[in-house]
Amino acid sequence: MIVEFGHFALVLAVVVALFQTVVPLWGSLTKQPRLMETAKPAAILQFVLLCFSFAALTYAYVVSDFSVANVAANSHSTKPLIYRISGVWGNHEGSLLLWVLILALFGSAVAIFGNELPQTLRANVLSVQASIALAFGIFMLATSNPFLRLENPPLDGRGLNPILQDPALALHPPFLYAGYVGFSIAFSFAIAALIEGRINAAWARWVRPWTLAAWMCLTLGIAMGSWWAYYELGWGGWWFWDPVENASFMPWLAGTALLHSALVMEKRETLKVWTILLAILTFSLSLMGTFLVRSGVLTSVHAFAVDPERGVAILLIMTIFVGGGLALFALRAGELRQGGLFAPISREGALVLNNVLLTTATATVLVGTLYPLLLEGLTGAKISVGPPFFNMTFIPLMVPLLIALPFGPFLPWKRGDLQGVAQRLIIAALIGLVAMVATMAVASRGPWLAPIMMAIGVYVMVGALQELAFRAKVGSAGREEVLRRLWNLPRSVYGTALAHFGVGLMVIGIVATSAYRIETVLVMKPGDKVDIANYELTFKGVAPFRGPNYREQVATFDVSRDGVPLTTLSPSKRVYDAPPQPTSEAGIHAAWRGDLYTVLGDAQVEDGGYAIRLYFNPLVRFIWLGALLMFIAGGISLSDRRLRVGAPRRKSRQPAVAVAPAE
Amino acid sequence: MQALAPKHWLYPLLAIAVLLFAAGTDSVRAVQPDEVLKDSELETRARQLSLELRCLVCQNQSIDDSDAPLARDLRLLVRERLKNGDSDSEVLDFIVSRYGEFVLLKPPFGWHTLLLWFTPLLVLFGAIWLARSVMNPGRTAAAAAANGAGAAEPALSPDEEAKLKRILDKG
Repeated sequence: MIVEFGHFALVLAVVVALFQTVVPLWGSLTKQPRLMETAKPAAILQFVLLCFSFAALTYAYVVSDFSVANVAANSHSTKPLIYRISGVWGNHEGSLLLWVLILALFGSAVAIFGNELPQTLRANVLSVQASIALAFGIFMLATSNPFLRLENPPLDGRGLNPILQDPALALHPPFLYAGYVGFSIAFSFAIAALIEGRINAAWARWVRPWTLAAWMCLTLGIAMGSWWAYYELGWGGWWFWDPVENASFMPWLAGTALLHSALVMEKRETLKVWTILLAILTFSLSLMGTFLVRSGVLTSVHAFAVDPERGVAILLIMTIFVGGGLALFALRAGELRQGGLFAPISREGALVLNNVLLTTATATVLVGTLYPLLLEGLTGAKISVGPPFFNMTFIPLMVPLLIALPFGPFLPWKRGDLQGVAQRLIIAALIGLVAMVATMAVASRGPWLAPIMMAIGVYVMVGALQELAFRAKVGSAGREEVLRRLWNLPRSVYGTALAHFGVGLMVIGIVATSAYRIETVLVMKPGDKVDIANYELTFKGVAPFRGPNYREQVATFDVSRDGVPLTTLSPSKRVYDAPPQPTSEAGIHAAWRGDLYTVLGDAQVEDGGYAIRLYFNPLVRFIWLGALLMFIAGGISLSDRRLRVGAPRRKSRQPAVAVAPAE
Repeated sequence: MQALAPKHWLYPLLAIAVLLFAAGTDSVRAVQPDEVLKDSELETRARQLSLELRCLVCQNQSIDDSDAPLARDLRLLVRERLKNGDSDSEVLDFIVSRYGEFVLLKPPFGWHTLLLWFTPLLVLFGAIWLARSVMNPGRTAAAAAANGAGAAEPALSPDEEAKLKRILDKG
């Protein structure tokens, strides 16, 4: 019964979404406050209904109700509870329900916290938000209903793919979706602004926290996926430029650009048109991510043609929202008044450069991802676009971005002094150079670009710290004054510095592990020893083991360093019971200087040895640590009073001038 | 147990945890101990080349990463050619002549890939052009000069004046 209630709640939620799409918009167009006011209770009701619906599906998973087709297809009674729950969104139908739930969550949050918004803006935003929910709700009910029952329920389910049975991956989709869907708020605000034909700094102040929250979630979601790939796929790769990774990376890049341009818009009321366009594009890319992943178009253009129902439906949804959004933009953008002027060398100019490069990077990833599909669709010619293409095009765009990055926060609004800032950043550049020399001294091999990139990473990190030091007048003021200033700095300043610091850290991790990774493949027999990256490993042998829902062969390595026993690593090969599928579990010893990563391979028929793969991934943790810092930095920024949703106080523009370097 | 199915085409789907009816995956990845060449310089070149070649039966996976038997065959073929003294580009040409351009992870430059390679540049120039129009170079010099005197801001409407006064009074 609970499942039927859940199904019914979903249908009701779609009806409420229809109401919420039409009535408030009609109210705002005809200036009827009472109609506009219906948006708030509708948004909350929609959220409550979807919560109930989602809870009902979760219940079916938890009690393993295999009369529900979705549960039977994706769950299994022997699965641990956490993976029965994460199984809810580990499949197409359930993940769509989660998608719509998060959409409603954000919508109701705007409804609840948006009391200070102008009435028409709020009505329009909630109306646009509901229209997205409506489209996806209909799509779910028509093609992907998770609540359908089976006439002859099976005795047990088919099980969740075992490599998904992992804590990081259980949380990965909700975060990713919170990111994707969170950008819908920026989209709804942009469309609402275009409908009204007016937009101001208050708009940006409203959009920015939502965008920031979405961006945080997306950052963490992508990082979790990458981390999972690293330890689960069995060879320590952490990014593959794979179409589905790209599908989540493009909204991230565009969202990062949006975050920065919204800053300009909030502080200086300029770049309005650009910000609106980015808001539309960012959410469009989120929709495209959904489309790419769900339509089957990635596996093959032909697979898409064979089972086009869902793909065409999502394509239709995408066309309506992206096409509609862009058409509205083309019609109304001209009416938006541009704001304050600025010189190219200024905070605005730096942020424009950020936007130019990030947008180009997004376009590069987009064309690399879609080009093979389009070319095959149009001409039948098959080409591959893989990591070598992306590395070759993406990295040259990131280098100038990273070099320019520390300049941005130093430059004052309107007009800045490039030379003055450069003089300050010499310290960061010098420390970067030291890092470069150190890298070259430690690593005798590797590509020539790597030490330079290490230098850039360090320079970005030091630059971020220098900005804090500069604002606190370290060096020119007394200790008490410095502490007082540090204490009084707005949290958003700390957020910026920490996020930029995280970027530098991530660059270092990426470069170190890509350029200086050590790997060996060898056959080992029990008792054999091998040295790698100053570790000495002794292979003790392989033993069978029985887990809760899998069997495995576990190898044991004693690891010592400089003769001192350090740890024992146990990489294993697993076969799960349902579905019977083999996976590999790497044995990883994590340390600051890098990860020792061991993988058990096949038994060798001839001599009783095992194929063993050993890797040393230097500084690899910095990649995810950097992402984590960016996430935390977003949280710190979000807690800033001025950014807090609904905080009415507007910062005066005077301090920006005060920060300007003395000339 | 030998790897039976490609693994990498799974990751994309998994990354967003969507389709779960996946083929098997297996632990051992790519290069087997018996494949490794004795000549370490040749082996390095072989690994580099492997990264640029696609495993044809996998989803977006290089032969360096793939467990598929075909990928192994290609890895052995690359090493065979290198041992025979082929240059890197000769090896690639040979493999393309047998398997087609699809095998290259970095598509060759040509008419059919013109847009692929030039889109980043086009977008970059487009974005720079847009940025310039935003900054309005014709007026920026004057604006920058005027900014010092605070005159570049558009005049406030009476409404805004009143608001400003309120804010200032409050502070």
